[in-house]
Amino acid sequence: MGKSRKSLALAMAGVCVSIDLMMCFPIQADEFTKKDLDRWQKEFMTVVAEGEKLFHSSSLGKNKVSCDQCHPNGANTHPETYPKFQKQIGKVISLFEMVNWCLRNPLEGDPLAADDPKMIALLAYITYERRGVPLAPGKH
Amino acid sequence: MELNRRAFLKTTGAALMATALPMSLVRVAFGSQSPSQNFTFGYISDAHIQLIKGTKFVRNWDMGLIRSVQEANLLTPRPDFFMFGGDLAQLGMKEELDHGLEIMSKLRGKVHYVIGEHDYYLDLGAYWQSKIGPLWYSFDHKGVHFVVLNSILTYDRWTYKKWESPMDRMLAMARLDNPEGSPFMVGEQQLGWLRKDLAKVNKGTPVVVFSHSPIQKIYQGWNFWTEDAEKVQALLKPFKKVTVIYGHVHQIQYNQIGNISFQAVMATAWPWPYPQSYTQVTSRLPKLTVPMNRADPFFERDATGWQFIDVRKGNVDMHYQLPDNKNRSVVFNTKTGYPQDAKYQAADSRIPPQAHF
Repeated sequence: MGKSRKSLALAMAGVCVSIDLMMCFPIQADEFTKKDLDRWQKEFMTVVAEGEKLFHSSSLGKNKVSCDQCHPNGANTHPETYPKFQKQIGKVISLFEMVNWCLRNPLEGDPLAADDPKMIALLAYITYERRGVPLAPGKH
Repeated sequence: MELNRRAFLKTTGAALMATALPMSLVRVAFGSQSPSQNFTFGYISDAHIQLIKGTKFVRNWDMGLIRSVQEANLLTPRPDFFMFGGDLAQLGMKEELDHGLEIMSKLRGKVHYVIGEHDYYLDLGAYWQSKIGPLWYSFDHKGVHFVVLNSILTYDRWTYKKWESPMDRMLAMARLDNPEGSPFMVGEQQLGWLRKDLAKVNKGTPVVVFSHSPIQKIYQGWNFWTEDAEKVQALLKPFKKVTVIYGHVHQIQYNQIGNISFQAVMATAWPWPYPQSYTQVTSRLPKLTVPMNRADPFFERDATGWQFIDVRKGNVDMHYQLPDNKNRSVVFNTKTGYPQDAKYQAADSRIPPQAHF
């Protein structure tokens, strides 16, 4: 009996400490600091930079052709219009599918999985170069 | 003798090919006193022959040049000569230049060459000069003075900085959107030559200048730009009829600055977006230009092509015929004094695919 009373007392003490901490440091949902923002932006820009490198790389495909040869600064890729009905494919597709079309055809290479870090990086770069343009899904 | 696509097709009896030929017909009409001075020439540009390795080259770019040469060979009557507008190679390699010249050797007729940055920045034009000829020169033909410029030079501090290798310099200039790039220019030495060359020419003589870069300032970020464009324009100002024809931009552009008409030519390799489609910067599309339809990437040759030039009475009429893209005619309007699109110039005549975004 003495044992269980002791643990109850300990448990109650624990609850009190928790309440005390919450009173001193009120934690709200998804709170973050300037430092966090800087870090996340840096993480994002690292991937954009990786995408920029891949976009200008002669080894992404198999014939030395790089994406930027036709799309300087990612221009004429229209990321804001996807998903859209891609008339040449005959269905609604996402931008990664057009990237893969380019990898297979003008670059004569192999497609990437949608979640391949290289694909994420390419999409990050393409979209970053188009920042500020309003979303226009479906626009041709 | 008036050459147009219909007459050409009739002459060759190739009516069936009417929809297949991606020909661009350019009429340069000059103030010649006699009709015998009328003549035509063809213009092929921006082939970007690209070595993969060994004897393998990028098929797509090969096919563009091969097709243009084959079509140009069908022209009847024959044009007086051809121009090649620069960027025969992608990375200035001997293999690429040799392969490009081999394809060009099938072209029947005399060819004058303009050098592009992709031909130049590996060895600064050494192989080009040994195989093709000088980088700038002039010639006269049937009462017209033609000038070929090397407009893709740049600041010495960039060209001669400590590169790890000549190929590093080539790659840096070959990347169109390179923030570490350097603006094109004609340079003082060549300007001095041009001044002397033009001094010998009667001011009433029509002058046609061929350059790789636009001798006007459109967007520096992609070198749709010549740093000393105004200096070249000033030297051309005393002449009554002047036309500048340039490559590099891989798209339809035309403009009029004072007495100078500007016309761009298509690439045989691939088309480029109009600079305003890169929204992070400001650019200036030549004021008269009605953009061509956006290219369909699923059709390799779309928005590529070559040009056919008809010299008659003082100015340039250019008829672009583009596979799987709307045919275009840019005609010099003698009343307004500038080139205009025959069909789409009026804002309410344009079609949705010409609206780029």
